[in-house]
Amino acid sequence: MKTLSNLKYSKTHEWVEFLEDGHVRIGITDYAQDALGDLVYVNLPIEGDTFDAGEVFGDLESVKAVSDLYTPVAGTVAAVNEDLLDAPETMNQDPYGAWIIELSDIGETEELLDDAAYEALCAEEA
Amino acid sequence: MDKKTPLYACHEALGGKIVPFGGFLLPVQYPTGINAEHMTVREHAGIFDVSHMGEALLEGPDAVKNLNRILTNRFGKLAIGGCRYTIMLYEDAGCVDDLIVYRRGEDRFLLILNAANADKDVAWIKDHLEGDVTFENISDKVGQIALQGPESKEVIAKLTNVEALPTKYYTFKENLTVAGVNCLVSRTGYTGEFGYEIYMKAEDAPTVWKALLEAGALPCGLGARDTLRLEASMPLYGHELSDKIDPLSAGLSFVVKLDKPFIGRDALLAKGEPKCVRVGLKAIDRGVLREHQDIYLGEEKVGVTSSGTMIPGKRQSFAMGYVAREHAEVGTVLEVDVRGRRIKAEIVPMPFYNAAK
Repeated sequence: MKTLSNLKYSKTHEWVEFLEDGHVRIGITDYAQDALGDLVYVNLPIEGDTFDAGEVFGDLESVKAVSDLYTPVAGTVAAVNEDLLDAPETMNQDPYGAWIIELSDIGETEELLDDAAYEALCAEEA
Repeated sequence: MDKKTPLYACHEALGGKIVPFGGFLLPVQYPTGINAEHMTVREHAGIFDVSHMGEALLEGPDAVKNLNRILTNRFGKLAIGGCRYTIMLYEDAGCVDDLIVYRRGEDRFLLILNAANADKDVAWIKDHLEGDVTFENISDKVGQIALQGPESKEVIAKLTNVEALPTKYYTFKENLTVAGVNCLVSRTGYTGEFGYEIYMKAEDAPTVWKALLEAGALPCGLGARDTLRLEASMPLYGHELSDKIDPLSAGLSFVVKLDKPFIGRDALLAKGEPKCVRVGLKAIDRGVLREHQDIYLGEEKVGVTSSGTMIPGKRQSFAMGYVAREHAEVGTVLEVDVRGRRIKAEIVPMPFYNAAK
């Protein structure tokens, strides 16, 4: 399992990248993509949607199942990665490159883990 | 408590993701993933552990008479070495199970049952046997491996005498030596692709499995088995068939011989034309159709899906479902309620895939 030290992680297996302009990008972790299996579809929110921390912002579909996507950070959707609609497998192949949404106007944030703490959590779950 | 098949240790060694299915612990996929496993069967050759399937022997002078009465198909003229698909009905015309009957001799038959239904099937058959027959559930003694894909023959050729293999679809040969193991091999499968199903003593299954891997087959799990059978529009009990669904609604009239008596026939005839029929659906909008989703024409609910997924390689979602007969024509555009969102889907012919001849 791969993690990156410049990212923060939620206990629900999303990664969060804090960008220099104050926005954040959210995607799913390597552990999550491996557990879900081949991803075939993502239901994305639209720009301007607002979410509270811990709220479902979309869902991911593998061949076998549907899984909710949570944002650990409150904010407004500034951009969605529409490339994933045509190539959802990017989330399997390059989970840390395949950001799903970008949020602005960041509010409350749930407790986030650094890479070491996140790896420990995954080891516990596995 | 879920049972392990004789190949359980092989699945663990290969990194299979194990899930409970039909009372057994089986791999839903290997590290290669469902997409790659599906495409391997369409383009090369894959193997599946199907040892969970039930097997039973029916033998004796009255065997044919019993099969003809308990099952919807006809067995008198089935050749020795032939396989025949059939339905088994309750008195009310709901399905007990769908199964395949192998004729091993004039009075000797092998029945292949769905894993989750095997105990129920065996009890039902025992209760309805008449005359001079013996019936034995041998499920726990038998291992079964499905070898499927256009390169299946090249793969098995490395392990057995090619001349001895069955050639015609829905035929089988007994006492073939595959990787040194005595096997029954049939030209059957659940993928819509060329291939074989190989039966052996449970304890010999790992030898054959490992030899097939070495011969070039890729291990495939239940996930790919489901996407492949769905693409081939083959019914799955619990989805397209159940004790609430009759075989004529399911479009299986070709295995229901109404001109002979069998259990459930009177109820089936009394039902008349099916009100809902099985259809194939292709999503027009983006999204993934799944089972148990309501189907609408405008505001009117006209049906429900029974199975659905994204078909690997097609990048498009397909489903099967039951739709009111008056709206079930190919080309009709309906809407499916996918978790609160309406997705347009068109009724298309089944199967969604045809193997190259």
